[in-house]
Amino acid sequence: MSTMRSLTFDAITIGGGGSGLRAALELAKSGKKTAVISKVFPTRSHTVSAQGGITCAIASADPNDDWRWHMYDTVKGGDYITDQDAAEYMCSEGPKAVFELEHMGLPFSRFDNGRIYQRPFGGQSKDFGKGGQAARTCAAADRTGHALLHTLYQNNLKNNTVFLNEWYAVDLVKNANGDVVGCIALCIETGEVVHIKSKATVLATGGSGRIYSSTTNALINTGDGIGMALRAGLPVQDMEMWQFHPTGIHGAGVLVTEGCRGEGGYLINKDGERFMERYAPNAKDLAGRDVVARSMVMEILEGRGCGENGDHVLLKLDHLGEEVLGKRLPGIVELAKTFAHVDPVKEPIPVVPTCHYMMGGLATNVHGQVISRDGDGNDQIVNGLFACGEAACVSVHGANRLGGNSLLDLVVFGRAAGMFIESALNEGVDYLDAAQSDVDQALSRMNRWNESSGGESVPALRTELQETMQKSFGVFRQEDHMEEGVKKVAELRERIANAHLGDKSHAFNTARVEALELDNLLEVAEATAISALERKESRGAHSRYDYPDRDDVNWLKHSIYTPADKKLGKRDVNFQPKTVDTFEPKVRTY
Amino acid sequence: MVTNITNLGRSGLSDWLIQRVSAVVLALYAVFMVGYLLFHPDLDYATWHGLFSQTWMRIFSLLAFVSLAAHAWIGLWTVVTDYIKPTGIRFIVQIAIIIAIFIFLVWGVQVLWGA
Amino acid sequence: MSMLQVSVYRYNPETDSAPYMQEFQVDTQGRDLMVLNVLEIIKQQDSSMAYRRSCREGVCGSDGMNMNGTNGLACVTALSDVVKNDKLVLRPLPGLPVIRDLVVDMGIFYKQYERIQPYLQNDENPPAIERLQSPEERDKLDGLYECILCACCSTSCPSFWWNPDKFVGPAGLLQAYRFLADSRDTATRERLSELEDPFSVFRCRGIMNCVAVCPKGLNPTRAIGKIRELLLANAT
Repeated sequence: MSTMRSLTFDAITIGGGGSGLRAALELAKSGKKTAVISKVFPTRSHTVSAQGGITCAIASADPNDDWRWHMYDTVKGGDYITDQDAAEYMCSEGPKAVFELEHMGLPFSRFDNGRIYQRPFGGQSKDFGKGGQAARTCAAADRTGHALLHTLYQNNLKNNTVFLNEWYAVDLVKNANGDVVGCIALCIETGEVVHIKSKATVLATGGSGRIYSSTTNALINTGDGIGMALRAGLPVQDMEMWQFHPTGIHGAGVLVTEGCRGEGGYLINKDGERFMERYAPNAKDLAGRDVVARSMVMEILEGRGCGENGDHVLLKLDHLGEEVLGKRLPGIVELAKTFAHVDPVKEPIPVVPTCHYMMGGLATNVHGQVISRDGDGNDQIVNGLFACGEAACVSVHGANRLGGNSLLDLVVFGRAAGMFIESALNEGVDYLDAAQSDVDQALSRMNRWNESSGGESVPALRTELQETMQKSFGVFRQEDHMEEGVKKVAELRERIANAHLGDKSHAFNTARVEALELDNLLEVAEATAISALERKESRGAHSRYDYPDRDDVNWLKHSIYTPADKKLGKRDVNFQPKTVDTFEPKVRTY
Repeated sequence: MVTNITNLGRSGLSDWLIQRVSAVVLALYAVFMVGYLLFHPDLDYATWHGLFSQTWMRIFSLLAFVSLAAHAWIGLWTVVTDYIKPTGIRFIVQIAIIIAIFIFLVWGVQVLWGA
Repeated sequence: MSMLQVSVYRYNPETDSAPYMQEFQVDTQGRDLMVLNVLEIIKQQDSSMAYRRSCREGVCGSDGMNMNGTNGLACVTALSDVVKNDKLVLRPLPGLPVIRDLVVDMGIFYKQYERIQPYLQNDENPPAIERLQSPEERDKLDGLYECILCACCSTSCPSFWWNPDKFVGPAGLLQAYRFLADSRDTATRERLSELEDPFSVFRCRGIMNCVAVCPKGLNPTRAIGKIRELLLANAT
């Protein structure tokens, strides 16, 4: 492939969602030649689906609000494997990042005094859990993600970021020293394959909810960055931690924001009972998402589910009145009508816990630098590679993310990565160029598909993988099911390695993209399966029948999965915030 | 901003305003004429001639003719720029329309003040 | 068995000299599927079928297409909304060049969006906190900021078909007004001066196809009317 074209940039972000655009914006503003590689037009990225808001102590709803309280909630919500230096950075820098968004034009909803509207969300408290429910989630009605993503895209236009829209990043290119020096990308429209060279590569590829058959995630959430990193031999952290959002619309999987419960909605079982009062007497429906999701599943398993099959519960909103629903939750009213055929002004919405968010990802520091492990198990920075957003595991979400913290994560760490890369570029970075053999290595996977002449089809394999994950790695997990799941995924790896790409045309070949995505889904699924099987405790979103308790003696640790030997190691959690006292692990109740 | 030189007001806003004002004038003129004809069922040449020899009627009519010319030009210019994409043909058609409108306008003035 | 006859516009520039309609039989099992689900079933039969999709819940704007003659989003259009006599005809959005099958080249649509400078402009230094905005001022952005850039409106607009290079089109104009209406934006005069030519705004003839098809229920025609009012107020 000596004729392959190459493009050179100072920095690239792979992914055009919230974190990628925020990082790119920072770099473009500094005058660096920056490109965003996005497999969809940026405003089609999954950030657009975020509804309820961005949690941040901007002290609008409560003038005495304190970012330290937010940090406490975040650490507790993450069941104490949140890195406290990272949570400290996110919560303290957050207001700056949110005000910047407002200055860029984000149309936040407003209070009468003209300040940004904030609503209560799950797991929020005042005064380190002692002051009752807080209202800390800044919202633009129930379309905050949409408003945020469009605002960031618009400001990138303003700052002349180069957009490679509908380009698909296939694999990372590493030089002889193991530094990441760019990637191979496919222009979907023409089918041209291009070598993109860059001194800094930011993986901002988002989540991978499509490893499950039922998910709130967009069809594009296939874990491409995680897949690329694992194939490049890099480890991933806390991959067993998958958040199941309590309120996905039954049957459709479409998200219904936690903001519904923040505005006063609540869950009921078939007897009409507000069952969260039993499971979380204080926070009730606004307990941590893992707690609410488990409670819902318990209700269903104990025969108090609703509907013909007793397989869901109901989210009651009608008591809020048409005006509040129309003003604060207009998008939800629309979605409920379309996908559940109910008008929430009159009837409750059928909901069920649905895969929503990947707390795990590429381990990074607060600057977004990706962390690998050296031979002795010590942290080692990967030169040239950065990650932010859902693809990264900084880790601010620990074992369970709080609602509204993902949008904050995106902008704070997208911005941080951008700032760090800018100063690194200013100081000068000089990595060895990739050799032809390095480029060929990165091309090998796509060449395999392009040369395939027979085998199983991509959609069938994808469905099988998703069903396996759904069955064995759901809200509640147990050893034997997971062992079966791990085996099944290993078997699928063999079959996918021999699968067939029937359509080999060039122009807008979505079959090729889906085949390449399947490889990534598999990588994420396997990392998830092995990590879940090996973490022998229950913590946050990882809940096991056979190990029902949290085990701080052995597992107050990040898990870290290495692809070379498919083994799970442990990595220390950071308990050293710089300006506040450490939050010591406590029993987690709401 | 999209540049253009062949439209009347050189600006979409003035075109738009002229179009609406001229439409109002034409509407008034039409209502007046219909009303006049209804009130004069036995209209003969003398009455009709009498109406048009009054100065105010001549001015009113001239205003209507000018409005019609402007209205027609803006409307046809829009149609021509929508549907005729080759520049040369569009230019020729525009010239033809301008000449036709000019002839009708001069003719109208001749009729009003000629007899 | 409840078979739906689906007729889909096909064109692959590498193999087809001209586009054609291909017939598929889809077993809906009596369910009221979304059109996107039907396309997914078809793609399993024929992996070469190309269409865009992402969120599958009507917020990303990827899968705008023409379904039985009307533009809309495939993921939120139920068969019961569009199908007549068990027949569904799917075509790409009208008026834009087709790249392949149902995928159109949206370049000129995005270009018109970029032309209106779709970002907040404010020449004053921002305060240390957010800029204040009253709920009433903020209410003016409702019905404007929700646009998802799906292009259903602009590609249903005859004026945009005839002059896609000069007429901004309903989607772009809705965003133009979104920034004109924002109490925080100070570039009103500059924005208006970019719009007063005979094409950018004034090619809107009030046909209102845009309003009829907008999957988010927005009203570009009303926004265009407001822009005209502002232009008038600014110039007289």
